[in-house]
Formats: sequence, C-alpha cells, structure tokens
Amino acid sequence: MIAFRAIAVRALVLISVLAAFATTALSVYANDIPPGERRSGYGFMAPDTKAIQDDDTANPGMLWVLDGETLWNKKQGASDKACADCHDDAHTSMKGVAARYPAFDKELGRPVDLEQRINLERARHQRAEPLAFESRDLLALTAFVAEQSRGVAISAGEDSQLEPFVAKGRTLFMQRQGQLNLACANCHDDNWDKRLAGSAITQAHPTGYPMYRLEWQSLGSLQRRLRGCIFGVRAQPYEFGAPELVELELYLMSRAKGMPIETPAVRP
Amino acid sequence: MPSALINVPAKAKRGDVIEIKALMSHIMETGYRRTAAGDVVPRDIITSFACRYNGSEIFRAEFFPAIAANPFISFFTVAKESGKFEFEWIGDKGFSETASASITVE
Repeated sequence: MIAFRAIAVRALVLISVLAAFATTALSVYANDIPPGERRSGYGFMAPDTKAIQDDDTANPGMLWVLDGETLWNKKQGASDKACADCHDDAHTSMKGVAARYPAFDKELGRPVDLEQRINLERARHQRAEPLAFESRDLLALTAFVAEQSRGVAISAGEDSQLEPFVAKGRTLFMQRQGQLNLACANCHDDNWDKRLAGSAITQAHPTGYPMYRLEWQSLGSLQRRLRGCIFGVRAQPYEFGAPELVELELYLMSRAKGMPIETPAVRP
Repeated sequence: MPSALINVPAKAKRGDVIEIKALMSHIMETGYRRTAAGDVVPRDIITSFACRYNGSEIFRAEFFPAIAANPFISFFTVAKESGKFEFEWIGDKGFSETASASITVE
C-alpha cells in the first residue's frame, strides 16, 4: 500500500514537472499564431473589397504597376541606363525577388527593403538621384517589381546573416511603446480575431506591399503602414528608411514565411 | 503619366448585355483641404467622363469632389456591332485623356 502510494506520488511529481517544463517551453511562443490559423489580410475583407483586388482592371494598384513598367524601361541617371538594360525582362528576372526581401546588403552590412534596393541600384549602377520614399515613381517601380512575384511563397529571412536583424525586429514587435503602452504583438498576435473600432485587427502579414489602401486613396509602402501603427499607439514613428523599420519589415516577412505574395493588394 | 485600365469583353454575341469597366489614374483633390500653412489646396478633379460606341455616345457621367481618387466606372450596354469603344476623361487644369478598346460581335 505504502509502496503503491510512493509510486503514485512519484508519478504525480513527474507529471507536474513535465507539465511545468511544457508550459515554460511553450511560454516563449505562447502568443504566436499557429501555422494553420495564419491568414492574409485578404481573408478579413468584405466580398466587395476582395472583388477590387481580384480583378486586375478594377484594382487601382495596377495603375502603379503600369507606371512602373514604363519606368523600368526608361534610361536614367549619369550612366544613361534603364533597369531593363541590365535585368532584361522583369517578368522573368524579377520573379520571386520580392518574396526574399528585405535582404542582406554586403556593402552596408545590414538588411535593405525593396524600396531601398531600388534606390541603391539607382545610385550604384544608374548613377541617378535616389527617389523619395512614398514618391509615385518609387512606389510604381517597387509595385512593378513585386508584382512579378505574385503567388510566390515568402522566403525572407532565410539568409543566416539576417538572424540578428530578425531577432531585433521580433524584439521591437514584442516591445510595448507609446502613450498607449502597446506592443505590435498585443493586437496582431493576441487579438487578431477581434475588432478595433469596427475594423478587423488582422494578423499583420505583409503579403501585398506596396498596397492600395482605400483609406489612403493611394498605393503605400509597408513602412508607411508601420509608421501609421506606431503613430496609432501614440509613439514617435521612426523616419522612413530607419533600420528599426527595416528590421520590423524583415521580422514580419519571416513571420509570414510560405504565404503567397499578393502585390498589389487592396485593403480597406 | 496618367494611365487607364479598360475592361471590355473581346468578343460578344449580338444582343448580349455586356459590362464595361474603366479605371483612370487621378488624385481627385477636392479643393476643400488646406495645407499646414492654411492655404487652400486647389481643386483638381475629373469633371466629366464619356464613352462612345462606334461614334455614338452611350454613357456620360459628371464627376464631383466627393468622388474618390482613381475613379472606377462600370456600366452596361448591348453589343450591337463589332467596332470600337472610345473613352474620354476631362478635368481641371486642362486634364484630358482618352483610351479605346475593340469588340468583335458575332
């Protein structure tokens, strides 16, 4: 009897130790969205808004893609070269590129996003002035390049050199900030199935940037969206091009690994 | 560089009701907004849109400041004969753009 009780107690102790271990192991990722439940912002939209994105002749983002194609073939800068002079047909050469961005730039020693890559190419190869963030031309070129990756699974962050930057982005995502003292994760990991002032909160997977927001009445970059969210929690937004924003972009893209690119997406 | 996206079915049967869609790139600045300095941002909108089917006008619309940027117009017509749809947008600051699409009616 006594022996039996001892075994039972030992078993109970073991179970509770295992349970405690499981809880600790889980707690690190406790708030992460389970892979089976990941949804693009598209999945949260009303049928009417989905219809705008689905029809390339109704999707206003395609206007920027058209402009981008013109710019792709236009000679620019002191070296009088067009993007097409080195990269030929973007439909083949740029396929899958956006799915890998932000990517590591060896010269700078840090990740750059697609907009920054385009400006670096302008500076290094076309010897042209950089295009301003959110300018029509930069958005158009980015949208044109990213549209070539439509349907390609996101694979950003796989480069081992990017590891510390993904980690920094994740820390920033988890860090409370602003007068509202909210972290990105408080909404987009913990409460994505709820609504905020009538709008779906969504899971913050950047699958369709640059995207057309009906609220903006324009195409806009992921950095613009991030700045909007940071302003929303009443924190001081980072400047366009700041390393912190690129690290956040990188973390979000690595978090959305495997999801298909939708550029140019339409969102409310 | 304003661009238009037109969606007209390439083929239709005589008598079919077909949908025509036209999207035009435009900022549609209302004229009611002000800059940080308090100056009015001048109105810059498309004021009219028209569609001609083999020369005869089949659809016309007047636009006003409450219409969103990049106006999207969709309307229906009856496919009567093969030919051309011509679209025209006219607006403030001398804005004038045209586009066209062909249809084969069997």
